[in-house]
Amino acid sequence: MHTCNLGKYQFSIFGYRLIFLFFFNSRASELLFDGVKEHQVTLPGQSDPWDMKQLLVWIQRNLLKERPELFVQGESVRPGILVLINDADWELMGELDYQLQDQDCIVFISTLHGG
Amino acid sequence: MCQVEEEYREPPLAPAPPSVCKTCVKCKDASAAVVVRAGDPYCRTCFKDYFIHKFRAMLGKNRVIFPGEKVLLAVSGGPSSSSMLRQVQEGLSQNAHKKLRFSPGIVYIDEGGAVGRSLEERLRTASELQAVFRSTGFPFHMVPLEQVLDVPPSVLVPAASSQPAASVYKAAVDGFLQAAGGRRPGAAVQQQDAAGLDVLEAHTASLQQLMDSATSLTARQELLSSLRQHLLVHTARSHGYSKLMLGDSCSRSAVKLLAAVCLGRGAQLAQDTGFSDSRYGDVVSVRPMRDYSAKEIAFYNHMFGVPSVLSPSLTTKTSDKSSIQQLTESFITRLQADFPSTVSTIYRTSEKLQTAGGSSGGTAGTDTCLLCVCVLDTSVGNATAFRSTLVSQCLSDSRAVPSGPDPVSAKQSRPCGGQQCGTRTCSAEDRTPDLKALLCYSCQRTLRDLSSLDRLPHYILSEAQSRARRSQLREEIRDFLLDHHDDDEDDEGLHSPPDPSVVA
Ligand SMILES: [Zn+2]
Ligand SMILES: [Zn+2]
Repeated sequence: MHTCNLGKYQFSIFGYRLIFLFFFNSRASELLFDGVKEHQVTLPGQSDPWDMKQLLVWIQRNLLKERPELFVQGESVRPGILVLINDADWELMGELDYQLQDQDCIVFISTLHGG
Repeated sequence: MCQVEEEYREPPLAPAPPSVCKTCVKCKDASAAVVVRAGDPYCRTCFKDYFIHKFRAMLGKNRVIFPGEKVLLAVSGGPSSSSMLRQVQEGLSQNAHKKLRFSPGIVYIDEGGAVGRSLEERLRTASELQAVFRSTGFPFHMVPLEQVLDVPPSVLVPAASSQPAASVYKAAVDGFLQAAGGRRPGAAVQQQDAAGLDVLEAHTASLQQLMDSATSLTARQELLSSLRQHLLVHTARSHGYSKLMLGDSCSRSAVKLLAAVCLGRGAQLAQDTGFSDSRYGDVVSVRPMRDYSAKEIAFYNHMFGVPSVLSPSLTTKTSDKSSIQQLTESFITRLQADFPSTVSTIYRTSEKLQTAGGSSGGTAGTDTCLLCVCVLDTSVGNATAFRSTLVSQCLSDSRAVPSGPDPVSAKQSRPCGGQQCGTRTCSAEDRTPDLKALLCYSCQRTLRDLSSLDRLPHYILSEAQSRARRSQLREEIRDFLLDHHDDDEDDEGLHSPPDPSVVA
């Protein structure tokens, strides 16, 4: 069984494990994540390791209460949302195929409406 | 500064297949952390060097900021302008020959009153930003947008530029180096307006009414950005700054460029999106962040702890299609995701326009738009797209086809079909001067989407009145003047007085 404890996340400035950063567009991010700024997240156990594709689906189902199209599009993130895995560009980590490790730090940064 | 220019080259294209954990292309040693433009992986350290270098190279290449010059940084708290502030700090702390040598100040325009935020929220944002600004040691100005209601009409008039010619640049740099001996220009710490935001409730209400009078989000965004621009220029002028540094990123510039085309601002493209913009004459805007993509900025800010302060904008919570600007942004963002090099091609277009347009030297003495202060693009001949647009607009407004040579002067309004249309037209025309003649094509379109022109701030209306009076006067004495230029279509430099039969 693979269980991933993604620990705490927040999306204000800097969090601990899974951070959702939505610069500038704070109201939209509060809307996306139901106004909750800090969570304790443990992904449920499953037989295969968690990958990013599954994480996005899970976030969409469990964390996004409203208008998921602001965050996901198709099976990936919406263009304009950057993903960092342990402080590195997810383009270097295999993007959707990256397999999550325990205590990974995932950061989403929205570049939309920046100025 | 010249070696900077040569040193700096875009890294060559390296189309690498996505694989896990690459090494940095620059130092070929550390493991990469970020993929920048053209797919090059950079490590943390090299990315930082690249980022900082690019800023200095941008300023060095363009040579518009003189040593010791007072430069006002417009910081909104968003990622790009916050990053710009950090770059200026980095630049001032560099050792002698790499050092930036101007004297910076910061301005924050709080738009909260225009987007319906409570005073409490606005004060919270302002105090967060103040903490950031105070830590830089630069003088800063916290200005609520409401203060635009009190600016003098002269803000709409380009002033003569006191800028020395570009050839003086090197001499100025040398002179400065001798005189200052490496002393830090921004070191004199003086903090003004630190007491927070000075807002009158009545002003907030008027501003809110003005924003509400815009019937489309497109117009509201255009209006807001004009007011913001006026207030920035006013702040710069009243505190003696001769440069205004704006934080438009590459992605932002591309959005602005395409949106400007859609909004009918073709003639103003170069000034709206180029590196420098001298439409106000004495205060020149520069955009040193226009070489950075939104992604690079987001990564830099995240990695190196550049704080951004969140504040909602007009478009927060709106859909992609709610305004032209929004739609363009989502288009560009998708384009960036699918065809990354296209976006920089778009913004590079504006660089080329900049050189061809020759917007240097300010616009003092020519007729400029009342709202955006660009040279009017409406004094054109009859056989132009502009005229045709007006004719077809006139026809589709289902008015009688005007018989005169000038379809524009027919008093038409937008084809809203609503009952308030007639009253709006009446009130607008009876009490306020005919603004159309004083506006560029695009700003005419913006004001067409206002339900009432009476809500416009006093400085705009009063400047409009005095311009209308002036042009009336010119018209009256027209017959007594020697007609020294008939070729007003070709000669941009010698603008003839606006012919009221053409753009009334
Ligand atoms: Zn490196
Ligand atoms: Zn205009």
